[in-house]
Amino acid sequence: MDDILIKAENISKVYRLPAEVIRAVRDVDLEIRAGEFIAIMGPSGSGKTTLLDILGCLDRISSGKLGILGRDVSRLKESSLVGIRRGNMGFVFQDFLLIPTLTALENVELPLLFARLPSGRRKAIGLLQKVGLGHRMGHLPKQLSGGERQRVAIARALVTSPKILFADEPTGNLDTKSGDQVFHILKGLNQKDGLTIVLTTHNNKLGSQAGRVVYLKDGSVVPREESSLYA
Amino acid sequence: MTWLSVAFKNLARKKVRSLLTIGGVAIAVAVLVSLLGFDAGYQRALTGNIDKMGYQVLVTAKGCPYEAATLMLQGGGGLRYMDEAIYEKIVKDPRIEKITPQLVATAFDKERQGGQGGVVLYMGIDPSYLALKPWATFKTGGWFSGDEADEAIMGYEVAELEQRLPGDQIFIPNVDKVLKVVGIFNRTGTQDDGVIFLPLKTAQRIFGLPGKLTGIGIKLKDLGTLGDFEEDLYNEPGIQVISMAQVKGTIFNLIASARTMTNAVALIAVVIAVIGVINTILMSVFERTKEIGVMKAIGASRLDIFRIIWMETTLICLIGGIAGDMMAIAGTHAVEFILRRVLPYAPSGQLVFITLRLLGISFIGAVIMGLIAGIYPAFRASSMRPVEAIRLGD
Ligand SMILES: Nc1ncnc2c1ncn2[C@@H]1O[C@H](COP(=O)(O)OP(=O)(O)O)[C@@H](O)[C@H]1O
Ligand SMILES: [Mg+2]
Repeated sequence: MDDILIKAENISKVYRLPAEVIRAVRDVDLEIRAGEFIAIMGPSGSGKTTLLDILGCLDRISSGKLGILGRDVSRLKESSLVGIRRGNMGFVFQDFLLIPTLTALENVELPLLFARLPSGRRKAIGLLQKVGLGHRMGHLPKQLSGGERQRVAIARALVTSPKILFADEPTGNLDTKSGDQVFHILKGLNQKDGLTIVLTTHNNKLGSQAGRVVYLKDGSVVPREESSLYA
Repeated sequence: MTWLSVAFKNLARKKVRSLLTIGGVAIAVAVLVSLLGFDAGYQRALTGNIDKMGYQVLVTAKGCPYEAATLMLQGGGGLRYMDEAIYEKIVKDPRIEKITPQLVATAFDKERQGGQGGVVLYMGIDPSYLALKPWATFKTGGWFSGDEADEAIMGYEVAELEQRLPGDQIFIPNVDKVLKVVGIFNRTGTQDDGVIFLPLKTAQRIFGLPGKLTGIGIKLKDLGTLGDFEEDLYNEPGIQVISMAQVKGTIFNLIASARTMTNAVALIAVVIAVIGVINTILMSVFERTKEIGVMKAIGASRLDIFRIIWMETTLICLIGGIAGDMMAIAGTHAVEFILRRVLPYAPSGQLVFITLRLLGISFIGAVIMGLIAGIYPAFRASSMRPVEAIRLGD
């Protein structure tokens, strides 16, 4: 089916440390379709971030097969993965990770520079307005609150019009009110604009609002009942 | 937004550190420009001085205690004498364009240098002197009234020093002779400015050296015949032939050690500056590991990261290059002053000669220095893997 954006078959990620071998992701099968809103949940250390990085082509798999937009990326190196990320994927991180020397507007414009897209200042301004920061465009990250920073990060992730937005614990560093605000924006992007979103969260209340929840335990996908989050 | 503004904002983040690094580059460039300017200026001044002697070959009595610096300082005088007959013989050579005989004598004047005493140079010349040195023009007065007159023409500086005008008298201490000043030369920028000239015959008479010369200055029609000409003169007994090219070489040897040292200083300054730049950029790359990871995550390729870091390095060196060039220009006089104290022999004229070309070359050199210094830090930054960089410190 051509609305399958990501197809993971039996993928694993292994970290070989001197003392031990850590299997952060084990034999995961997953399909993600256009327009889905997926929450990956599980206890700390269960492999949520690792799985998200892999699906977002930030990291490579150790075994299995990963198809992105119909293309097999299982064996691609970092130099090729960057081309897949660019224009297809947007990222939002728990600790925002804005570039401290650039203003909110410049941060949003930066991916356009990397993507060699013509100056999209108008688009960047439009996105900042959309996340409610039209009045904060000239501010540096340190002059913004956590919630505002995360909203800048969302605008930055959207500026290249990606097909999928990945968000690793986007509300993890925010107070409840700002977190709800950010989550509300993400939900709106999914429902109104049809953007495909994959996020990880600890928060049951937010997770329950996702279209689909994938539970992880020790790197494996488990039914909800087996997840320790099930309470 | 542009690549340049991203790079520039990174440098602006740690202003003191960036400025210190730029300062290091600027000093290196300034030292380099000053020293290269000195190299060029010295050569130019020396060549200018030697060209202004007017002759390419100097014939002197054999065994004349000749040594380049003294020779230059004394305007071609040793203190041995040869017979005028040699002059009569050489003067007929068809390869010669101009030739002038001279007799140099010295006297010790106790009044000179505020009572310390100093050597006064006298030179007997005939009208051929003016033909060989067309730039020797009169500030006031004119040539001797006769070729045995008890008259003197003074060089510009010595006339200033002794406060003489045409019509005044001067006294030659050790021969107890009084001469009348008839003319004063314009400044030539050569050692001749400090010499008192007399008619050749007068000089021979009052210094008790009838029929004697100390030197013969010769300008050839064709410099290409210099070798042959010298060869022929080697066979003449009692004389030696010194070409000005040789003199120049001797003086260059004299300052060779000074040049080696200054070149070493310049090299060290450049090496230290390069290490400083690499260190600064590398430090800032490591501090920004996470940021670089994020840039990669949001679409920057290895080449993009390389480019940003490389630009930062080059910017530092570019700004440092401009600042260094300005420092060098501003410091020309100070450097000149110091060099004159230090050098064994310094020709008159501008010693440090900074040309636009030199400034251009040093500026491009600084940029190339930046490009080279940037390779390793840029490579380190571009090799970071995005996940590892982002997860750092989690
Ligand atoms: N770079 C790494 N090297 C070694 N082990 C790692 C690395 N990254 C993650 N892990 C391990 O992989 C497991 C999953 O981590 P992670 O994906 O961060 O879990 P979560 O995001 O659910 O907290 C953990 O045991 C963690 O320690
Ligand atoms: Mg995590």
